[in-house]
Amino acid sequence: MPGSDSTAHRSKSRRPKYSQFSQQELPAFKLILTPGYVISTFIVVGLIFVPIGLISLFASETVVEIVDQYDNECIPKDFRDNKVEFIKNKQTNKSCTRTFTVPKQMKSPIFIYYQLENFYQNHRRYVKSRSDKQLQSKKNAAHIRECKPMGETDNKDPIIPCGLIAWSLFNDTYGFSVKGKDLKVNKRDIAWGSDKNYKFGADVFPKNFQVGDVGGKSLNSSIPLSEQEDLIVWMRTAALSTFRKLYGKIEDDLQANDVITVVVENNYNTYDFKGTKSLVLSTTSWIGGKNDFLGVTFITIGGICLFLAITFILLYVIKPRPLGDPSYLSWNRNSTPTPGR
Amino acid sequence: MAGNRRKKHHFSRIHAFSCGKTSFKGDHSLIGGPGFSRVVHCNDPESFEASVLNYSGNYVRTTKYTLATFFPKALFEQFRRVANVYFLICAILSFTPLSPYSAVSNVLPLVVVIGATMGKEVLEDWRRKKQDIEVNNRKVKVHCGEGAFDYTKWRDLKVGDVVKVEKDEFFPADLILLSSSYEEAICYVETTNLDGETNLKLKQALDATSNMHEDSNFQNFKAIIRCEDPNANLYTFVGSLELEEQQYPLTPQQLLLRDSKLRNTDCIYGAVIFTGRDTKVFQNSTGPPSKRSKVERRMDKIIYFLFGILVLMSFIGSIFFGIATREDLQDGKMKRWYLRPDDTTAYYDPKRAAVAAVLHFLTALMLYGYLIPISLYVSIEIVKILQSIFINQDLHMYYEETDKPARARTSNLNEELGQVDTILSDKTGTLTCNSMEFIKCSIAGTSYGRGVTEVERAMARRKGSPLEEEVTEEQEDKASIKGFNFEDERIMNGSWDNEPHADVIQKFLRLLATCHTALPEVDEENGKISYEAESPDEAAFVIAARELGFEFYERTQTSISVHELDPVTGTKVERSYSLLNVLEFSSSRKRMSVIVRSEEGTLLLLSKGADSVMFERLAENGREFEEQTKEHINEYADAGLRTLILAYRELDEKEYIQFNEEFTEAKNSVSADREELAEEIAEKIEKNLILLGATAVEDKLQNGVPECIDKLAQAGIKLWVLTGDKMETAINIGFACSLLRQGMRQVIISSETPESKTLEKSEDKSAAAAALKASVLHQLIRGKELLDSSNESLGPLALIIDGKSLTYALEDDVKDLFLELAIGCASVICCRSSPKQKALVTRLVKTKTSSTTLAIGDGANDVGMLQEADIGVGISGVEGMQAVMSSDIAIAQFRFLERLLLVHGHWCYRRISSMVCFTLKMLIDKLG
Repeated sequence: MPGSDSTAHRSKSRRPKYSQFSQQELPAFKLILTPGYVISTFIVVGLIFVPIGLISLFASETVVEIVDQYDNECIPKDFRDNKVEFIKNKQTNKSCTRTFTVPKQMKSPIFIYYQLENFYQNHRRYVKSRSDKQLQSKKNAAHIRECKPMGETDNKDPIIPCGLIAWSLFNDTYGFSVKGKDLKVNKRDIAWGSDKNYKFGADVFPKNFQVGDVGGKSLNSSIPLSEQEDLIVWMRTAALSTFRKLYGKIEDDLQANDVITVVVENNYNTYDFKGTKSLVLSTTSWIGGKNDFLGVTFITIGGICLFLAITFILLYVIKPRPLGDPSYLSWNRNSTPTPGR
Repeated sequence: MAGNRRKKHHFSRIHAFSCGKTSFKGDHSLIGGPGFSRVVHCNDPESFEASVLNYSGNYVRTTKYTLATFFPKALFEQFRRVANVYFLICAILSFTPLSPYSAVSNVLPLVVVIGATMGKEVLEDWRRKKQDIEVNNRKVKVHCGEGAFDYTKWRDLKVGDVVKVEKDEFFPADLILLSSSYEEAICYVETTNLDGETNLKLKQALDATSNMHEDSNFQNFKAIIRCEDPNANLYTFVGSLELEEQQYPLTPQQLLLRDSKLRNTDCIYGAVIFTGRDTKVFQNSTGPPSKRSKVERRMDKIIYFLFGILVLMSFIGSIFFGIATREDLQDGKMKRWYLRPDDTTAYYDPKRAAVAAVLHFLTALMLYGYLIPISLYVSIEIVKILQSIFINQDLHMYYEETDKPARARTSNLNEELGQVDTILSDKTGTLTCNSMEFIKCSIAGTSYGRGVTEVERAMARRKGSPLEEEVTEEQEDKASIKGFNFEDERIMNGSWDNEPHADVIQKFLRLLATCHTALPEVDEENGKISYEAESPDEAAFVIAARELGFEFYERTQTSISVHELDPVTGTKVERSYSLLNVLEFSSSRKRMSVIVRSEEGTLLLLSKGADSVMFERLAENGREFEEQTKEHINEYADAGLRTLILAYRELDEKEYIQFNEEFTEAKNSVSADREELAEEIAEKIEKNLILLGATAVEDKLQNGVPECIDKLAQAGIKLWVLTGDKMETAINIGFACSLLRQGMRQVIISSETPESKTLEKSEDKSAAAAALKASVLHQLIRGKELLDSSNESLGPLALIIDGKSLTYALEDDVKDLFLELAIGCASVICCRSSPKQKALVTRLVKTKTSSTTLAIGDGANDVGMLQEADIGVGISGVEGMQAVMSSDIAIAQFRFLERLLLVHGHWCYRRISSMVCFTLKMLIDKLG
């Protein structure tokens, strides 16, 4: 800049002040990746991961799971060509009976799930179509802005619970029996405790629900939403288009080769969008339901680590090279003469 | 005042003015025409005519913003970053139902990011503002009527004002010199702030105005100046002064530029012609180009890539969305009934699936916005500020002597420091201190002087000899006299009298004391004499003469007075030489001479010059010591010293009278080749000289320069020296700072050969240029052949090229060859290069090799180079602040470059790149 004459005042020195921080002299430690460090790290990781994987895989193997897809079989033969008409027709008898055998002993609790495929609970419009405020408290009954088009009845009365999610509540039911004896299905405590206690109010009762256009299951308007556990489970929307939702629990052990008879009320319309419906019975272990992925991943990673460790050991033995050799620097490698050398 | 009266000498004898008496011709006919329309009413700025012209005031503003323009301008700057534009669009869209999430979560980060960067801008601008305020409020004496001068702030100056500037003050605007405290109306000007040259420039007012030496003279002064419009050309000026209905031509000789400094002159009077923005220096100042580091540019590319992915993802997503939406309702049958496609909004309407798809595209752009790392910019900014603080605070780069720490002026190039491939360095003031030290001399075939040069020290160091320690001790007690590092008891303190050739030594020292153009300055208090010389070499000679007992103390218009040690009586006697002629130094002559008459009445021609021209001018009987002297100067040159040959001759009366007549005639002739004529005549008399000896002056290297260059070379960094100096000097310095070594083969490309000289003189300029170019091309090709054929055993190559050859080498068709050769050489030195060429070379290296270049320099002549390079490092040394002001990082000494590059650069680069990688990794994690 022109004209600027920085007059240095001798009295006020511009000498920077010393501090370990400003001089970047704070104690520091930096790990140098020597072959020893690298190889031992890989070995340790491998030795830890492979057993974890094996244990997880074993735990997953102990889980007994029965899956029965019934959406096609539960349509009477006459209606096989026009399933949609069957399901929409209120007059048809929708009961059907499914039987299957238990392959291995199943210890209680046995969890009952229904599994839907090709059902997009994660659709942007669907996901947003609910009013958490309304679900929470009685005084927010008129909070239906987000619920369109299932916010209010034709008479402009707010629907409780409003929105597409609640409206499309799953309404198939299952009855279980073994050797002619009914199995008791426990439908309590299938929803999250926090949902029951905080998100769904004990003073909110269904109102104007499934009036007019009927989508799915109706609710007993004398039971508060916090007790409507099927609804609560349904309202926790799934992230993928194939999902399982908890239906209930069987608290009896089932023996191997027991034949289970299930009476299915096949009400829910998955035929319009070519979805499937399945019934799932499953036990759990400490890793949850049947899940081989975790174990396989652990074993794979552990295996790769061990393989690398062995490779590096071999390289180190066969072709060692000194660490930090300046002759490997790019400008020293291609032998051009440099000044001062 | 009275004490300074004696300085009013007639200098016209010393300095031959070439433009003092130009008549109206050439450019002056343009006045009044387009581009030359400026009219200045001197001393009458309030008049009606002047107010009609309405020229801007002298207020200067270097800030980027004003209060009013800050927001629009700063915002515009911010939104030049693509990422910011994207976030702005997102923020606007987030207020529509399109948004997948709430508006606040979208707007807040943008506001924070932009707020932070704008805050930084405000801070930086505020610093500039403070500087402006300081400059604008400086005071200068202005004529306020009735012959009285009063202090006025610079900002209130108007075109036409007559100002009085006193010694060592800066000129507040571009002025026309009217008169000075010297009778000749000359003044000395220091222009370091403009062009980096430290020598003083001489300016002279018109005869017509030169007699106004008192304030009261200006009471009724009225004049009209017509001149060119404001432009950026520092070295030309065309105008005319109308005084009492007489026209006088104005030339650059009368122009005093803003920001140059008045030196050696008590005061001057001048008329303001260009103010504020119109001044030449402001017309010249271009905003520094905004430089961005490679990492940042790479990051930009990554962001473009990510943006591409984002668009692609959104595009594919919206296509599938469109298809799925359309199929939801076919022939009145709902597919995904739970979505109620029959009762829907535009965003999901199956009947208008295309519209829904487009809207979905916008939503998706926002939804996947995580892909664009907005936080990265802020994080980088913060990290870089911290890094600049580390650089500024580094005690290892603090220079005690000038109290200057390193200063990172821009923070966005920190990590670039770690990637430097080529350093382009200025020489004077950067590698060297620009102080010459008289260190050795050879008189009558005997070499005197025990000082040890840098080169000798460097060699000793390489051999590991113990010389080093004793040298440093010696160094300490010698530092007392600047410019003098000579020790030899044989001739110091008058003992030269006992040497075998005492008479020659006497003549030698006498020549040193008289053959120069320096001015003595006597300190009134202690009687000590210091010198003001055009070049530091010359100062070193006079100082050496003084220290050896020949104290030059007074210069008058016709004489030079010296306190001499008389060998007979052993006392100091005053001797006065009447100065008859000065045959000036020029780069083509490579010598200067004076003709004096001693008190005894003998006419002496005293001459000093480069060995290449001097030896051939010796008389037969003057070659007594030729062999030894030649040997000595070769030794000196090897030791990295600048040598000059000293010789003299006695003239007889008749010869001189004839010469003087011819010379005066030549000087006063009006023809264009006046200079050449004078040169020719001078040439005739500068012959048959008698050799006295040779001097050796060391161009002092800055502390630690050879070591630093060595370290940088070990790190694989190339160093090119671009200097305005002569080739010989440049080569000397090359040796001194271990850039050139014995055993290196030098490829010298020069256009200063006799053949090219004759070519230049020829009539046909274009043919001459073509021939010169061909010769340069030929030399380049030969060099390239040498490079290609070279094997290791012959040693590395060093390329040395001079400015004129560089002009041709930088032409489009040759420059690739030049660059190839230059890159292949271990060292490159470009001498006699102009500021423009420095910048061009820098650009060539930067663009063609696409490697990171760092330019380092200290003078205003390096500004172009500093701005052109990827990183400009300014040395905050003695040569003004211009270089520092246009640099990215300022350090006080060349040797700090080592720490700056190898420590800070390395760390900054590593840290920044790990941070960028880590942030990008986090971003991918977030997506997963």
